[in-house]
Amino acid sequence: MICDVCKQNQATVFLTQIVDGKMQKVNLCESCSKEKGVTDPTGFALADLLLGLGAAQEIEKGGGLVKCPVCGFSQADFKKTGRLGCASCYETFSDALDSLIKGMHKGTEHKGKVPSRLARTMEREQQLKELQRELRKAVADENYESAAQLRDRIRTIQADR
Amino acid sequence: MAIHNILSNSGEWLRGEGPHQKIVVSSRVRLARNLRDFAFPGWAKRSERISILETIKPQVEGLSEMGDAYSVFSQDLSALEKQVLVERHLISREHAAKGVGSAVVMNKKQTLSVMINEEDHLRIQGIRAGLQLKNVFKMVDKVDSGLEERLDFAFHPRLGYLTACPTNVGTGMRASAMVHLPALVLSEQINQVVQAVNKIGLAVRGLYGEGTEALGNLFQVSNQTTLGEREEDIIERLNKVILSIIEHERNARQMLLQKRPNTLFDHIGRGYGILRHAYSITSKEGLNLLSFIKLGIDLHVFPENWRRTIDELFMETQPAHLQKGSQAKLAADERDFVRARIVRERLTDFPKPDLDGARLGGENGDET
Repeated sequence: MICDVCKQNQATVFLTQIVDGKMQKVNLCESCSKEKGVTDPTGFALADLLLGLGAAQEIEKGGGLVKCPVCGFSQADFKKTGRLGCASCYETFSDALDSLIKGMHKGTEHKGKVPSRLARTMEREQQLKELQRELRKAVADENYESAAQLRDRIRTIQADR
Repeated sequence: MAIHNILSNSGEWLRGEGPHQKIVVSSRVRLARNLRDFAFPGWAKRSERISILETIKPQVEGLSEMGDAYSVFSQDLSALEKQVLVERHLISREHAAKGVGSAVVMNKKQTLSVMINEEDHLRIQGIRAGLQLKNVFKMVDKVDSGLEERLDFAFHPRLGYLTACPTNVGTGMRASAMVHLPALVLSEQINQVVQAVNKIGLAVRGLYGEGTEALGNLFQVSNQTTLGEREEDIIERLNKVILSIIEHERNARQMLLQKRPNTLFDHIGRGYGILRHAYSITSKEGLNLLSFIKLGIDLHVFPENWRRTIDELFMETQPAHLQKGSQAKLAADERDFVRARIVRERLTDFPKPDLDGARLGGENGDET
């Protein structure tokens, strides 16, 4: 069996951990296991190693030498540090990150707190979409009186922006 | 406020009271936040980190919670002062390694600390005694809401709060409780508990977090995932698990009292004997022995009014706390002498174990 990290040497260290009911396995050669601190049980967390590894592999799938247009962060940097460069990196590397995040968390969508300023904007966008849908329906139904009212309400909200 | 005020007074969480405080030492919640228009601290250049710091620091200091706060740039703290803050869990080990471009702001009670330019631009942390994760969350949530009015946080409609490490994305929240589980360790059930907790997606770690040893039978239980669940639900789930761990620990204590009292009393007695008479104690040995004295107080072998002294010794015997009084840096063996002396002095009048009085008793020391 070949080492999962260097992909060159014969693996001699085999690790298995069950996280959240899923079994994860890593095979390492002697030098990579030392480098990752596997020989020192106090300084070693398999999860981190796995996340780092998975992360590096997922990013590689994104292919090429893509760099974040905002901060110049590259895939190689992510592989090295396991950290991203800036908020825009989440967009730049979204394909690779999405599957990584999926394996890491309970869900793929944020269900918690939303900054209140943003929440207000998002609520307004939602309201606009809803009104525009009603407007299209009113026009299709040739209900011009309510269409006019809807149009005015949309204008008011848009002017408020 | 000056650093010596912070250093000479232990935080409220160490002295304060909270639910289930016999087994749960403290509850901690931290939120990771980043500014939208700057690179994350690990990638930002020095000058960018400084402008991030200049953007954030005044806003944090201006919060009503931070009236009479202690606010300091990382480069203005000595290595020893940083280590004291780490031992009190007010800054992380990672933050302690930072220099120019980082800072920490904490309130006077030391229940709230905001690290600037740690792994993320902001790490907002709250800590309280006992099991009160919900209250601590409310406290940090309020700080976060105050800051978001003045700062543009990196937020993605689908992924939530964006963090330097994808493991924190979503809520950016890590909630944890520090639990004291001597009976589960003594009865060798601790590994089962750790495995069970891991299986449901929570993490169990040592005293100082990731990759550290569980000294003094102290463990940190925390959420592993941050995306896909509401903050309140994560906390609720964690809370339930901790309540069940408390129950297991209490059962294990009852079992030891009934079936293996000699083993239990031997540990408590040795703790008592060594701490009162030794002339050299390592940090690790100190914590492990204090753990059994703490257990002895829980089990009414020692009087309740000594609890505070023992809890304080847990902190005072840590390497940095030990040295903060002395002028020169102490070598490891010198620290062990000083540690033993402090413990002996503090425990001069400590009463003998009353083994006939040993019983499980109520959870919050409210039972007479």
